[in-house]
Amino acid sequence: MSSSQGPFLKAPVWKPEIGAYLFSGGLAGASAVLAFVARSRGNHRLARRALLTAAAGAAVSPPLLISDLGRPERFHHMLRVFKVTSPMSVGTWLLSGFGAAIGVAAASEVLGVLRPVGLAAEGAAALLGPGLATYTAVLLTDTAVPAWHQAHRELPFVFAGSAAASAGAAAAILTPAEAAGPARRLAVLGAVGELAAAAAMKRRLGALAQPYEREPVRRLDRMAQSLSITGAAILGLLGRRRPAAALGGALVLAGSICQRFAIFRAGFDSARPR
Amino acid sequence: MAVVSGPPPYPDTRVAQPRPGQAVGFFTDSSICIGCKACEVACKEWNHVPTDGFNFLGSSYDNTGELGANTWRHVTFAERPAAPGGGDGQMRWLMNSDVCKHCASAACLEVCPTGALMRTEFATVVVQEDVCNGCGYCVPACPFGVIDRREEDGRAFKCTLCYDRLKGGMQPACAQACPTQSIQFGPIEELRTRARRRLEQLRQEGRKEARLYGVDGSDNEVGGLHAFFLLMDEPGVYRLPTRPATTTRDLPAMWKAAAAAAGALAAGVLLAFAGKGR
Repeated sequence: MSSSQGPFLKAPVWKPEIGAYLFSGGLAGASAVLAFVARSRGNHRLARRALLTAAAGAAVSPPLLISDLGRPERFHHMLRVFKVTSPMSVGTWLLSGFGAAIGVAAASEVLGVLRPVGLAAEGAAALLGPGLATYTAVLLTDTAVPAWHQAHRELPFVFAGSAAASAGAAAAILTPAEAAGPARRLAVLGAVGELAAAAAMKRRLGALAQPYEREPVRRLDRMAQSLSITGAAILGLLGRRRPAAALGGALVLAGSICQRFAIFRAGFDSARPR
Repeated sequence: MAVVSGPPPYPDTRVAQPRPGQAVGFFTDSSICIGCKACEVACKEWNHVPTDGFNFLGSSYDNTGELGANTWRHVTFAERPAAPGGGDGQMRWLMNSDVCKHCASAACLEVCPTGALMRTEFATVVVQEDVCNGCGYCVPACPFGVIDRREEDGRAFKCTLCYDRLKGGMQPACAQACPTQSIQFGPIEELRTRARRRLEQLRQEGRKEARLYGVDGSDNEVGGLHAFFLLMDEPGVYRLPTRPATTTRDLPAMWKAAAAAAGALAAGVLLAFAGKGR
């Protein structure tokens, strides 16, 4: 009686906003690191654009998360406690700290005031950024959903790669080509890491990777692969020309979004196989 | 056809009144469940649980389906061959009243980011409805698919083991309503003794298929259930997972992997600048 073997779970109740946040949080976190390192290397044009991208990602994230709540007006109940056993609690505090730091850094950059404070805030955001980009993997794996839980060793690396790819791609689109070399290299590096980690994740999952072979996840997953590969190739080979950088960057961003939604949707199918 | 014949299994009706601070729970003996659903009705009445729809599921005598935000007791009806192997074509029902397991190591409680889910002085797991903000994290965390969000309300709901009645020195409504003592309420230790004694009795009657489910931590990775069962077939037949696990037991490995990936991300950015700043 294979149908009697379970897993007898409830499907997640999260709306697509959470899938979008997986992307926006990763983009913000990795962009903050990119901004900080670019600044320390004296590449201020790249730093400025990565910083503003991080601030934009951090700005859209809380509304996405709050609108997903069953009782949005009670969003601040998240701030009653801090629990390491709850990745959502850890993430709440990470995003709050990151948002405050990146907000101060971006305001200082744009207004040109309080630069020492702005630079310190940029450093603080860069310190929290990698955690913001990868804790969301734990958010998914710390559930009973087989396709998420059993991927807990690889999923953070998929998300780290996806975040790096999207941060590099966004900066490559926004930055003049002669200053965007590191952004292009980060996008390529991230895309390669994302795809390699996703392949390792599916190998580990074995039979539990079935959702990735069924619609609608299958199409999203395939699109993520082809968009990321094509975009990274264009960025890597032709990225010195601005139009090519814009096209390649857009494809990598789209690939990263598809990757997040493929993994997000796979959990629903895994919890309640049809 | 009665599943069990012979003397009444529990002549000593009264289970000791629990004291605050004492772990309590349910022992559900499916071998004497008659599928009357008095538990489902009593639960809804007492707890003001809204309707879960007037649905015809085409699944034996079960039109409730499964546990959820609006179903805190659910009687499963499994139609199985009367004889092992099913040679003579005779069928029998395997009925069992399912409920929240109030796990000793409860994933719903551990992942709750607001502290709305709490452990009571009776060692049961309860959602504080004035705190829950409907984040939904408990829903996919539960290895039994028990807790769910009530969409028209926005918050998460599940069995409270009648916390209000316990405080008033009463037993939960389902146990009170059960006409066959299939649902027994009391201090966990006493229920465990009863369950093991009952298993022994059934085994002596030749019912080799009888087994306990979740009576301690030996057949699960949730630290034992505070609502455990005596079953007459494989757990899957009753919609119960074979070896349930609390997701948070792997949390150290998860945070370690995330930290390593965060390090890789930072290293990747540095690598992108290798040698040149632009």
